[in-house]
Amino acid sequence: MSSSPGSSSIRMPGIAPLLVFASIAAMVLLVVGPLAIVFTEAFSKGLSRFFLEIREPDAVAAIRLTLLVAAISVPLNAVFGIAAAWTVAKFEFRGKSLLLTIIDLPFSISPVVSGLVWVLLFGAQGWFGEWLIDHDVKIIFATTGLVLATVLVTLPFVARELIPLMQDQGSDEESAAITLGADGFTTFWKITIPNIKWALLYGVLLCNARAMGEFGAVSVVSGHIRGMTTTLPLHVEVLYNDYDFVGAFAAASLLASLGLVTLVVKTALEWRHAGELSATRRH
Amino acid sequence: MDLSLEISGISKSYGRYPALNNVSLQAHDKEFLALLGPSGSGKTTLLRVLAGLEKPDAGEVRFGGEDFLSVPVRQRQVGMVFQHYALFRHMTVAQNIAFGLTVRPRSERPSKSEIADRVADLLSLVQLDDMGKRYPAQLSGGQRQRVALARALAIEPKMLLLDEPFGALDAQVRRELRRWLRELHDRAGVTTVFVTHDQEEALDLADRVAIMRDGQLIQLGAPNEVYENPADPFVYDFLGAACRMPGKVEGGRLTVADWVTKAPKGAPEGPVEVFFRPDEVAFAPADGAGLGAEVKAVAQRGPDVRIECVIEGEVFELEAHGPTLPAGVAPGLSLRVKPMRPRVYPRTTVA
Repeated sequence: MSSSPGSSSIRMPGIAPLLVFASIAAMVLLVVGPLAIVFTEAFSKGLSRFFLEIREPDAVAAIRLTLLVAAISVPLNAVFGIAAAWTVAKFEFRGKSLLLTIIDLPFSISPVVSGLVWVLLFGAQGWFGEWLIDHDVKIIFATTGLVLATVLVTLPFVARELIPLMQDQGSDEESAAITLGADGFTTFWKITIPNIKWALLYGVLLCNARAMGEFGAVSVVSGHIRGMTTTLPLHVEVLYNDYDFVGAFAAASLLASLGLVTLVVKTALEWRHAGELSATRRH
Repeated sequence: MDLSLEISGISKSYGRYPALNNVSLQAHDKEFLALLGPSGSGKTTLLRVLAGLEKPDAGEVRFGGEDFLSVPVRQRQVGMVFQHYALFRHMTVAQNIAFGLTVRPRSERPSKSEIADRVADLLSLVQLDDMGKRYPAQLSGGQRQRVALARALAIEPKMLLLDEPFGALDAQVRRELRRWLRELHDRAGVTTVFVTHDQEEALDLADRVAIMRDGQLIQLGAPNEVYENPADPFVYDFLGAACRMPGKVEGGRLTVADWVTKAPKGAPEGPVEVFFRPDEVAFAPADGAGLGAEVKAVAQRGPDVRIECVIEGEVFELEAHGPTLPAGVAPGLSLRVKPMRPRVYPRTTVA
């Protein structure tokens, strides 16, 4: 385990405690505080009211839809991520840096734009809009659109996690496996996947958290049809705009819990398998 | 002797950069062949062509009479050992060694107990009897490379390919493993191709050495042969420490600076490059025969003495063993240095 450069402390009496205090204060104020408020508000009218709110049909539909969208887009991006990382790490070809840039693109453009491109393509006034209406295919204001927007926004997570690891590992182990008589399929399942499994899990985890929490891109393609196309984050907004604060915060607390679970699993992974995760190698 | 491996006219380039240029060579059955050359000489590429991990642009490889290039990698039955071991890090040592057997199709796969026996045999062959349950990360570099070798031997390879197998190990371990590898080769009785950039290793280990440079085969021969008769200045220089001086051959006489001697057999007429090994020199008093030299420094290193001399205005580091050194050699002394076996190559216009 390499120690990060930040772990060595410099001697400056008085400064260190001050900085530590300042950062903790900022963390409490900006992170812990709001999170606590979400849960306090959610439970402000009692536990039974909380459960009533999250069992309300629109809320249940929103939870279902969120899970469905994540269940489709996360595996898609896991497969895409493995394929992209494999291509980048194990092969030399022209346009490799262009591919890397494209993979990163969703990180740098606003999610709203990621949603808007689908509207431009498949919306009623979009390029394929007329054709879609003629053939009665609904993409925008439907689950398909939500999935497309989510896939686009969460595209880089798995690939970004795997690329540095797979580049680092090279392809010697795969070469060795093939010379020993393994076929491509066996080599992939018995050599490649075990070598990247923790990084893959880590990437999937981050991808999932983002997929379930995405607001901007999803908001553009959703149309906010209650009980139909509102995912959990959109549901929170809808309720809040209706002045249904307990409902909004109850739904928000679910999202926050998801975030906390993600954080715990993420930390556990980082602690246990630090060497294989790119996050711990970036400074 | 029957030919086992025949490589003819192999060429391979990466983009505009040629990695192998029309390489042809043969190896006999059960021969230990070393591919020796500096980095970028194409030796590893050639090895990977033999393994099937690279596809040559042109040329032919026959092994045991069979067209080897048309055989897919996984059916070639070559045991490949990589410089950085390439052990499967998530498998134990025993699982690593068994891998080649466990991935066989069901009909050809040995039973579990047969595999276990084979693994135990191989572990004792590479002297790692108690290490079967360990993971690669828990082994030293030398141990890892022995596991890699056992894994390659498990499939009963027809040919063993080693890509700088000791390159990542320290000098002590290298020397130990070297002798051990040679014994293993002799016992296993399998044609072995060994890539290295270490001339000492190649000369010590191999039956024959193929010296490569810039994707081309420069010289092929027994270690003794190539060491005694390097084909060109590059090979001379590459095989050991070399001293180099300009000279001239005229009518069977070789003139180097103020030293005139009989030219070696077959020396070309005209301006030449004269090479000699720094430890193949005789020292004589200033009025004797040889190159006039002035001693700058003398350093005793164990049984060897390193003598720094200025000859013709250039500094040379010569080596002598204690007893052959005339007593009283000290800085400031003028003496004569006589190369015992100078080698002469025509001087090329591009120096």
